[in-house]
Amino acid sequence: MSDERVKQVSKLQRAMIRPELGAIAGVVLVFVFFFMIAGDSGMFAPKGIQNWTVVSAQFAIIAVGACLLMIAGEFDLSVGSMIGFAGIIIAILSVQWGLPVWVSIIAAFILCLALGALNGFLVIKTGLPSFIVTLAFLYILRGLTIWLSITTTQKTIIGGVKQAAEGDWLAPLFGGTILTGLFQWFADLGLIDTFSRGSRMGQPVVEGVPMLVVWAIGLIIFGQFVLTRTKLGNWIFASGGDAEAARYVGVPVRRVKIAMFMFTAFCACVFATSQVMEFGSAAADRGLLKEFEAIICVVIGGALLTGGYGSVVGAALGALIFGVVQQGLFFSGAESSLFRVFLGTILILAVILNTYIRRMITGER
Amino acid sequence: MNTPLVQMKDIEKHFASVIALGGVSLDVYAGECHCLLGDNGAGKSTFIKTMAGVHKPTKGTITFEGQEMNFSRPRDAMDAGIATVYQHLAMIPLMSVTRNFWMGNEPTKKIGPISVMDFEKANAITMSEMKKMGINLREPNQAVGTLSGGERQTVAIARAVYFGAKLLILDEPTSALGVRQTANVLANVDRVRNQGIAVVFITHNVRHAMAVGDRFTVLNRGKTLGTAKRGEITPDELQNMMAGGEELATFEGSSGDAV
Repeated sequence: MSDERVKQVSKLQRAMIRPELGAIAGVVLVFVFFFMIAGDSGMFAPKGIQNWTVVSAQFAIIAVGACLLMIAGEFDLSVGSMIGFAGIIIAILSVQWGLPVWVSIIAAFILCLALGALNGFLVIKTGLPSFIVTLAFLYILRGLTIWLSITTTQKTIIGGVKQAAEGDWLAPLFGGTILTGLFQWFADLGLIDTFSRGSRMGQPVVEGVPMLVVWAIGLIIFGQFVLTRTKLGNWIFASGGDAEAARYVGVPVRRVKIAMFMFTAFCACVFATSQVMEFGSAAADRGLLKEFEAIICVVIGGALLTGGYGSVVGAALGALIFGVVQQGLFFSGAESSLFRVFLGTILILAVILNTYIRRMITGER
Repeated sequence: MNTPLVQMKDIEKHFASVIALGGVSLDVYAGECHCLLGDNGAGKSTFIKTMAGVHKPTKGTITFEGQEMNFSRPRDAMDAGIATVYQHLAMIPLMSVTRNFWMGNEPTKKIGPISVMDFEKANAITMSEMKKMGINLREPNQAVGTLSGGERQTVAIARAVYFGAKLLILDEPTSALGVRQTANVLANVDRVRNQGIAVVFITHNVRHAMAVGDRFTVLNRGKTLGTAKRGEITPDELQNMMAGGEELATFEGSSGDAV
């Protein structure tokens, strides 16, 4: 049944019809742009690269969770509040209560996973849009975080986590760096600048790969693998594409959606823990607006807001665009408030492009 | 052809104060295409959803292969060998043909300790099953959205047959299709029946029913109006039964079989 009215689609055009297209173009554009205006500002020197890599990795960690959840057809607006909540929990448990840091971290993860499951359960049970349910949790968790912090310490910032984490076995998994030996070797070869004076003289300016980046890469690979190669991935697409149709052929849509809410919460907790370990403190206002930034990364990465279509690699590229632009504006000395202007603009452009790509795929007119 | 594959007896279904089905009976033999006709609101959809395990009957029994069944989920009916192709819920347009075909039944293989979807096998089987049904796919990764309505119904039928359906329920598969696509789908229904699969074909189009049906049951206002064998009933009689005995509105110049 070949139809002579169906135009032959060229290989190139077919290769272009993929969710990551917009994000790939964006990455190229952003790098070219900042190479031109900030190429000599140190942005592309080792220290500068580390700077925007870490920021991108932060975006990427929460974007991976948001991406799988959005493809499964739901949103989570409570991600930012959950980041603040998890951080404060770790700080209160370890600094105020004197529990070992590893116990505090595990407790925070358990709480976050439970909250994610609760989000999912409420969405499934009530049939309400996840937008409303998680919006409620955006406020509930933020309020609870500030209240907990003030009632236990009379402050909204709790310090001293770094001292508490000294010698802990789990903390280095979230703070710290790996491959320090390799970077020292690079420095000895002259590939990376070294400190020329002070207590760290002779050490490379970039001491290794921050754990935050390792987590980001790990989560991206895991997310992409699950989504494209496994049975669960097919269920995620199906749940978001048409939950009813999926249910009728035996896909456990409810379980898939709740699992994705939990995964999003897990990613938020990874973000929170890394930040607490890096700064050595937790603040009740951490993670503000992160839920929207995560969603924007995912949309730039080619996912459809309506679910059923998207890519983890795309979302990661969206996060990279974010990190490079945010830090690039800083390096080029531009007004940092312009970042928000950029955010809004690129969001609209991404959605327009995505709509066009969807039409190409489904042959809608 | 001695005992029916499935026997639905005095099925009643109440939704709160509404009696959607008021005692409907129907049986289907293997290798038979049983057409279920009825106007909008006659209870066709409720009836087949009961058969497919979506609704639990308020009263009545379902016997499948001689055993009384008690489906609580669609999955139960599916495991027993009852597959349903819903008109609007057959396929997910944004997903590829392969992903749709295997949805809920993904083949897996092990890479070390990790279980992954076996796309090589999935793609190959999808292509060959589609070919059997007369659809030449450009590639198995093609999104279902690029297929026509008839092709989508065909993919769904092929999927049900491949996964071992003994009873195939088709919910108005032809009602939104053009002439040529309808013919293709009807040809595939015939092909499936000849493989010995029982088919329940829901439609409100008498001509489509007459084209493939072996027996015809007419539903009206939640009740069975009777079952007739092929050759025992004329299209006009069926048409009138569907209308519940009321005369269809005619207009000047109407030839009577405008529907």
